[in-house]
Amino acid sequence: MHEANAITVIAYRDLLKFLRDPPRLVSTLIFPLIFIGILGGSFQSSLGDQVDFNYLTFIFTGILAQTLFQSSAIGVISLIEDRENDFSQEIFVAPVSRYSIIIGKIFGETFVSMAQGLGILVFAVIIGIQVSLTQALVLIPVCWIVCFFGGAFGVIIMSNLNSQRAANQVFPFIMLPQFFLAGIFAPINNLPWFLNLLSLISPMRYAVDFVRAVLYKGSPDYSQVVINNAAINFIIIAVLFGLFLIVGTFLFVHRERNR
Amino acid sequence: MPPVIEVRELTKRYSNSKTNAVDGISFSVAGGEFFTLLGPNGAGKTTTISILTTTLTPTTGSARIAGYDLVKEAGAVRRNAGIIFQKPSLDLNLTAEENVRFHAVVYGLYPFRPTFSLMPKAYKQQITELAEILSLKDDIFKPIKTFSGGMKRKLEIIRSLIHQPKVLFLDEPTVGLDPASRRNLWEYIKRVRRESGTTVFLTTHYLDEAEDADTICIISKGKIVAYGPPEAVKARLIEKYLLIDASDKNRLRTELKQLNIPYSETPLFKISLNGTPTVHQLLKAIDTPLTTVKTHNPSLEDAYLAIVEE
Repeated sequence: MHEANAITVIAYRDLLKFLRDPPRLVSTLIFPLIFIGILGGSFQSSLGDQVDFNYLTFIFTGILAQTLFQSSAIGVISLIEDRENDFSQEIFVAPVSRYSIIIGKIFGETFVSMAQGLGILVFAVIIGIQVSLTQALVLIPVCWIVCFFGGAFGVIIMSNLNSQRAANQVFPFIMLPQFFLAGIFAPINNLPWFLNLLSLISPMRYAVDFVRAVLYKGSPDYSQVVINNAAINFIIIAVLFGLFLIVGTFLFVHRERNR
Repeated sequence: MPPVIEVRELTKRYSNSKTNAVDGISFSVAGGEFFTLLGPNGAGKTTTISILTTTLTPTTGSARIAGYDLVKEAGAVRRNAGIIFQKPSLDLNLTAEENVRFHAVVYGLYPFRPTFSLMPKAYKQQITELAEILSLKDDIFKPIKTFSGGMKRKLEIIRSLIHQPKVLFLDEPTVGLDPASRRNLWEYIKRVRRESGTTVFLTTHYLDEAEDADTICIISKGKIVAYGPPEAVKARLIEKYLLIDASDKNRLRTELKQLNIPYSETPLFKISLNGTPTVHQLLKAIDTPLTTVKTHNPSLEDAYLAIVEE
């Protein structure tokens, strides 16, 4: 019970800090909106004729998954810096399991990412992307899973880094290739074999494909846009999640105490 | 009564280092004692406190806090320790009450509730008392960023005491405070000690903050260089002595022995002045022509600097 309380308080604190920080609220929404509104819009008008599916919707689904995944990952990685700052210092000397700290942090960053996801969804509807109420409701658990997955990915990255500086330097190299390998901006059906190999080991690919598999269900574009069906993506995500979380937390605690 | 803190041959070498950050230190702190770990920056103070608060594993050696082994019973150690970090450990965007509430929940004192009004009665009572002690009144529901530096520190101390720790660790708590806040904070810490009887483990690089301690432990380059009650450490630190030399060393040696004056050769002849003879008496008594006469009479500050720079 104590551990459950600790997890809740760690997560709640994260969300509260986010909500009390209006500049951060705004800034976290800017990039996804630029990508969807400007990049998606210009792709749609220049390249839209050459593909048989709606480009704007394609990019929206990609960016939604990418934002949730990346935001949760970054949030969890910030523990590296946090543990030497503000209340997080207290959390690390408190009588709670290290697993609870990490799980609480993942929950907290999931709430934060979900708030961002909601912003993206509202924006998508405003610029005319078709999202039905059923789709929006289905998106809730789907987005939740993507956030958890991103959080666990953050744990495994964090467990291999010593400092926030290292994280800031390494993170773009880990994330940027995945933007393309996960097929956010362009389909990855016909990649050359070596890029396909790299794509297969990009965790973000499964997050993006999962969101699309659910959202494009029943749509005529499904076969052109989606690679694996939702169930396969979910299984891959579940396995990787468990692996990242357990191995990552173990390594993190070990490194942390045996500096 | 068994000691509250017992440290044995504690050593820490960071994985990327060739020297020990903490090098085989041993000491013990009795219940209710005010213990000060004094040393310059980089002496190993923060490393020691990180080990004692379980965020760092020692390379070798062992320690017990409140009777629990640091490595094997880390959870119990954490429950019995309160920590004031060098860097502020408050969330500035959250209110004082939220900062306290989150601490209380993480330490398992109360179940989590998203708002103050939903918290158990006992907790509300505690917050009311706490606000009174700090004379905060309704400010306790205001974001921390509106508080002064000294007030934030006090809030951290009061927060760290709500789980009634056996030991309160304070890691350079006055760094960054102005002199008035510093004095005010010290008075507050004294009051806390008087009222709760909590053992206080302080690290500092300010000599004057160590003067009220029951025990001072000076470390330098990871090793203990002085240990004991402040008066004893001071007496040892402020060693006054006379240094003399003569071209005819044998004659001087014989004469000093005849006069029954204890000395050591360093290689100059070192004669302690902490006893009765004054410089004048000593020089008057010696007939051997002297080539060197030096007196050594350091201030406490000089002595401290000399000892940590050795």
